[in-house]
Amino acid sequence: MSQTTIQVDALESEAIYIFREVVAQFEKPVLLFSGGKDSITLVRLAQKAFYPARIPFPLMHIDTGHNFPETIEFRDRLAKELGVELIVRNVQDNIDSGRVKEETGRYASRNMLQTETLLDAIEEFGFDACIGGARRDEEKARAKERIFSVRDDFGQWDEKNQRPEVFDMLNGRIDLGQNVRVFPISNWTELDVWSYIEQEEIEIPSIYFAHKRKIFVRDGMIWSADDEVVYRDKEEVVEERMVRFRTVGDMSCTAAVLSDAVDIAKVVEEIRDSSISERGARIDDKRSEAAMEKRKQQGYF
Amino acid sequence: MKVLKIATAGSVDDGKSTLIGRILYDTKSLTDDKLEAIEEKSQQRGFDYLDFSLATDGLVAEREQGITIDVAHIYFSTPSKSFIIADTPGHIEYTRNMVTGASTAQASIVLIDARNGVVEQTYRHFFINNLLRIKDVVIAVNKMDLVDYSEEKYNVIKGEIEYLASKSEYKGQNLTFIPLSALKGDNVVEKSDNMAWYKGETLMHHLENLDAEDINDESQTRFPVQTVIRPKTEEYHDFRGYAGKIYGGDFEVGDDVAVLPSLTKSKIKTINFFDKEYQKAKRGSSVTITLEDNVNVSRGDMLVKTNEEPKIAKQLDATICWMDKEPLQASQKYYIKHGVNDAQAKITQLSSIIKTDFSGIEENPSELELNQIGDIQLKLSKPLAFDAYKNNKSNGSFILINPKTNNTVGVGFIK
Repeated sequence: MSQTTIQVDALESEAIYIFREVVAQFEKPVLLFSGGKDSITLVRLAQKAFYPARIPFPLMHIDTGHNFPETIEFRDRLAKELGVELIVRNVQDNIDSGRVKEETGRYASRNMLQTETLLDAIEEFGFDACIGGARRDEEKARAKERIFSVRDDFGQWDEKNQRPEVFDMLNGRIDLGQNVRVFPISNWTELDVWSYIEQEEIEIPSIYFAHKRKIFVRDGMIWSADDEVVYRDKEEVVEERMVRFRTVGDMSCTAAVLSDAVDIAKVVEEIRDSSISERGARIDDKRSEAAMEKRKQQGYF
Repeated sequence: MKVLKIATAGSVDDGKSTLIGRILYDTKSLTDDKLEAIEEKSQQRGFDYLDFSLATDGLVAEREQGITIDVAHIYFSTPSKSFIIADTPGHIEYTRNMVTGASTAQASIVLIDARNGVVEQTYRHFFINNLLRIKDVVIAVNKMDLVDYSEEKYNVIKGEIEYLASKSEYKGQNLTFIPLSALKGDNVVEKSDNMAWYKGETLMHHLENLDAEDINDESQTRFPVQTVIRPKTEEYHDFRGYAGKIYGGDFEVGDDVAVLPSLTKSKIKTINFFDKEYQKAKRGSSVTITLEDNVNVSRGDMLVKTNEEPKIAKQLDATICWMDKEPLQASQKYYIKHGVNDAQAKITQLSSIIKTDFSGIEENPSELELNQIGDIQLKLSKPLAFDAYKNNKSNGSFILINPKTNNTVGVGFIK
């Protein structure tokens, strides 16, 4: 028996509390897992919420087919280590069957196409609560979203008619066909997530750290040139630089930053001093001021 | 890192979003790309200043109308503290969203436009801060630049609010008055050169020095059980842990506890957090607790220290803030959610509507409409273990849910 006193950090306590509410209030929850740092953080919090029992719900990845190989490898290994079921559904299948049409050209990305595949999967398994790693500090529309965010049959978010969330009370009552998106780390900032990863010594995919990579520059942003999925004009010059990624979404819309932060401590330090916000490196949010809000209304995370 | 949650409230157009934008700008919390976007949009719209509200109003409809519809959460930090601001709408029809944003706040900023002084909205904001018993309230008298930085104007407003405060039941509140200009930056982060007559601190200085530890007046320990953890593995064959978050006070191994509502007695055997055991856990911690005896505990039950039992009853009196378009009427049935516990509730009496301008009550009304506040009596389908809100916020509050729509329709404060 250790003789110490514990005071769990407020954000961590809040997230664990939310996980436990999900399991208590819903029949079939699922954790949406991308292999990125936020969903890895969610997995650790879920472990803590139910220890010594296993995480009592599956992980699900909606794979655009454009993910960094490092991320996919990491995803599979983590699920195996935890003994948790991993469900993977591929955007490619919907493209092949002609249900969705792929964007083409310079700024083509499969991020939008994920929505359709996600909604299909929710229906296929009958999930009533989808837990995701979205944070309110990422983007203006997300800043408005509740922790339990009710979606209808079409996955739509009705931003003008959200349920009040008061004190710690989370109302998860829904009708048949509705589901709830749950955001346990709503109140964390990018820096909070990184600090937590550092403090907990959580392993994350290598692309988050500085490494040598073939890149090219477009519109002042740095793109990976290693992969065929990123569209490149002939005149765009490829060079090799030390870079890291701040998010690990679809390769076609995830830009890198120049960096020599090779470990967590250096990454945290760099972010502390950084003057570009995280989603600034996500090209698909910049399409219009309301990009995120529109995507959410259509059922995006 | 200490986190301080602040709610802001103000009337339409009194510069709330601008104030928050100004705080972000002056604390260097706006990143280059966000700042560029604001500069660009401000120019597009032909403003000759930076429109900081663009940093906070996240919905298309809000930007179109230039108002705040729903609570936005804004995050920033200074070297000593992390801040979460719940930026709440000032408009009367979004009062429920204001209550939502303020419910988790440890401090509150009420904005007043120096030109207009105390208006009907101010009364309501001030009333809700008192109803929620928010300890630290800052009255930010904004747009001082438009009244020639007049001390006289400021003093009139200060006097009116002090008079309101004298009529409030809640006496534990710390009121602070700060004259400022969010647009020009006077007394937000930087001390103003235009108001030498003001000897107090700037807004940021005040917020940085608030003690977030002292969240409320809870002292007795409350542990509502969210879920029971039964691993069913070889190693933990007999493990039965009660998962929840500790409110009010602390828990220590060996504490004598009562399980509510059954009043069964036991002792705390272990306090677990992830893969470690602890001797003591402080309030606010989400932990897992095991007991010495094999007692029957399930979700919705509560562990408390044996000499600190709350009231256990099948009826309660409360003040309620109504949040639904369909009015509350006596004799209607709802689900009640009290912490993590659910029951059914019937409104047995709607005794009064409380005027949010401190002018008194309307007795025996026929219904309570959206955004109104009133006193009710409830009959419950099972006994709940509750405190008065003034003694314990987390165990003294509840929500009502409409069984037909599943919407959260009201928030209650137990008497």
